[in-house]
Amino acid sequence: MTCCCECSKEKALDKLMRLEPEKTSELTAFIDGLPLVAGDVETNRGFLVETLHRAQGIFGYLPVEVQQVVSERLGLTRSEIYGVISFYSYFTDKPIGRYKINVCLGTACFVKGASKIVDELKAKLGVNEGETTADQKFFLGALRCVGSCSLAPVVMVNNRVYGNVTPDMVDQILADCQD
Amino acid sequence: MRINSLEALKDYKSRLCSVSSGKTSVLMSLGTCGLAAGGAKVADAIRAELDKGLSGKYEAVSVGCMGLCYCEPTIELRDETGRSAIYGHVTPEQIPAILAAGLDGEAAGATKVKRTWYYPEEEENKDGVLQARIALRNTGRIDPEKIDDYLKYDGYQALGKVLKTMAPEAVSKEILDAMLRGRGGAGFPTGKKWQFAAAQPKGQKYMICNADEGDPGAFMDRAVLEGDPHSVLEAMAIGAYAIGADKGIIYIRAEYPLAIERLQKAIKQAREMGFLGKGIFGTSFDFDIELKYGAGAFVCGEETALIHSIEGKRGEPTFKPPFPAIQGLWKKPTVVNNVETYANVAAIIRKGAAWFKSVGTPGSPGTKVFALAGKINCVGLVEVPMGTTLRDIIFGLGGGILNNRGFKAVQTGGPSGGCITTKNLDTPIDYETLKSIGSMMGSGGMIVMDEDNCMVNIARFFLDFTCDESCGKCTPCRIGNRRLYEMLTDICRGKGTEETLKELRTLSNVIKDTALCGLGQTSPNPVLSTLDNFFEEYEAHVKEKRCPAGVCTALLKFTINDNCIGCGLCAKNCPTGAISGKIKSKHVIDQDKCIKCGVCQQKCKFKAIDKK
Repeated sequence: MTCCCECSKEKALDKLMRLEPEKTSELTAFIDGLPLVAGDVETNRGFLVETLHRAQGIFGYLPVEVQQVVSERLGLTRSEIYGVISFYSYFTDKPIGRYKINVCLGTACFVKGASKIVDELKAKLGVNEGETTADQKFFLGALRCVGSCSLAPVVMVNNRVYGNVTPDMVDQILADCQD
Repeated sequence: MRINSLEALKDYKSRLCSVSSGKTSVLMSLGTCGLAAGGAKVADAIRAELDKGLSGKYEAVSVGCMGLCYCEPTIELRDETGRSAIYGHVTPEQIPAILAAGLDGEAAGATKVKRTWYYPEEEENKDGVLQARIALRNTGRIDPEKIDDYLKYDGYQALGKVLKTMAPEAVSKEILDAMLRGRGGAGFPTGKKWQFAAAQPKGQKYMICNADEGDPGAFMDRAVLEGDPHSVLEAMAIGAYAIGADKGIIYIRAEYPLAIERLQKAIKQAREMGFLGKGIFGTSFDFDIELKYGAGAFVCGEETALIHSIEGKRGEPTFKPPFPAIQGLWKKPTVVNNVETYANVAAIIRKGAAWFKSVGTPGSPGTKVFALAGKINCVGLVEVPMGTTLRDIIFGLGGGILNNRGFKAVQTGGPSGGCITTKNLDTPIDYETLKSIGSMMGSGGMIVMDEDNCMVNIARFFLDFTCDESCGKCTPCRIGNRRLYEMLTDICRGKGTEETLKELRTLSNVIKDTALCGLGQTSPNPVLSTLDNFFEEYEAHVKEKRCPAGVCTALLKFTINDNCIGCGLCAKNCPTGAISGKIKSKHVIDQDKCIKCGVCQQKCKFKAIDKK
């Protein structure tokens, strides 16, 4: 398969190998372990979502080069892969901050004032929802219900859960994020 | 060890039950919210205390959610005769006292919680006990990571019974006779779905479990998967036998890591004992289950979208027919059922359709699990017979409204549902009655709202959600919902007119009639039901430019009252310089400059700023 922008398979894979050799080998090893069937696009497509989950787990996000490697190995077009990435909110093609601050905006959190927490975080971090701070430290996002409605409003920072959050607690939450 | 016959399974069970340790179990609720509330530290304290010399008297057991989310961390002491004591809001410091007190004593400083449920499979309804647990029968009382615990409560006996004594057609018929209806919200008869798929020619068929629980405020599926994963596996195998499938897939949200981990363990254990895999129960029936992960798309709860997602495509729905039971995954006959639906199946097979119909209402037998949340005292999971009134749920089980505020509405059915008000609190709820009062069952989230919630703003919240989650395939949903959202935003900002209200209703009805899938067809429900029930609130927004609940900031007026001592803190913090006044004398706010950010009110230490 060739592409008009000269992004040949070797180039993407080589570039990734040069930049992130260990991560790249982990990804290719994972793909090689899948029971793919050469030429059977329908079957191979069934492994796309789990491959992307794995790739994002390894790289933290899904840069163009990773998309291209996945595209070549699974025999799917890049546009199709990008279509899937952009459809699901879990996948992102932009690097995200080391601390993923996610404010739950499920109904229970909303009726208990989660939007005030979002406003406070926006003001403190100087970014909008879905953005990462310039120093790559914080990512501010919103989730739809983490199912901990008894603790509403809830903020998750990576895997840590803060419950019954008030705008006053935002400073402390940010202070807890020490590298 | 593999089990090859129903007799061997029953033997195994009676051996498990006859081994008496004489110990009292300490059940530690360690589901996601138990852990988030600090359950792990309590568990550590319990284990440490047992190591100090109580291990002869007690046994620590990790269980899933007991449903008592409002008083997590919770623990239950239970002896072998079934006597029990539940404690809520437990701290590690209370553990020595609780364990010293045991079942009969009183632990000073600890909070005892009353059990509000019974098990219809085992007990008669005791007067005044509102909850009946069928789907949640094991959740919160067995260790979900131990298959033996599940087997002690008759686990996999229903599977043994169908494989050894029933024809596939009889299985579908039993489920149809029980009138088990889809607990994901639409209420389609499960047995009928199975019959459709069974009627297709022999060949590859699929049994799918929809565990993509996306409704904000609903977490019962997570509780079942975390607390009783085997009940779902067993039911999928039963369904697979009924329709002639050999492959099952659980489509689960990636946001539920604990549920995924427990399912993986459960699948492995079930394979080892021969309840999944080749030649189940020594018969020629083969069935195995794999997990597929969602990636954050609400619309994937719709079955055709879910199927596309499993196929590795964008999760866009397609028009039905063809129904998945005829042409589903990879174009093969496929049954998609929700987690809670599956959780009822084994009990129905064991006890029979007539027993199931003795619970609930004639049109909607059985129970429904509701997730109670919002402005309510006892947030948690409850399972009640169909036909229970909202009043019993909210004021009985839910303990009434937070801070003794006035009840305003309860929102059921998530973004597809509607708001129910005081006048319908005494309606016995099932699929039909909820529809008739302008809402729907949905997956069972119940968000309670009090006087401080603005209903226009709530409708706007749901439309924001729908716009976010609309897949964009059909125009009514993609553009129509966006327009609804813009109109609601205008109303919240004081830019709406009476004409806007009319347009709102017209457009809502158009979207309802023309959208492609369930998501779009139901997305205007929150707007229509708030328009019907809270029209005066909409009117206040457009006519008087006033938000009665004091939520829509653009319609508020900030003023300074006589508490002001003239410290000047508000003026210093006002981003637009709208506050002026001499030091030590009362300040004033220039309404033309005020952008209603509320900073002055937050900063004022003397409660001198009013918001109206």
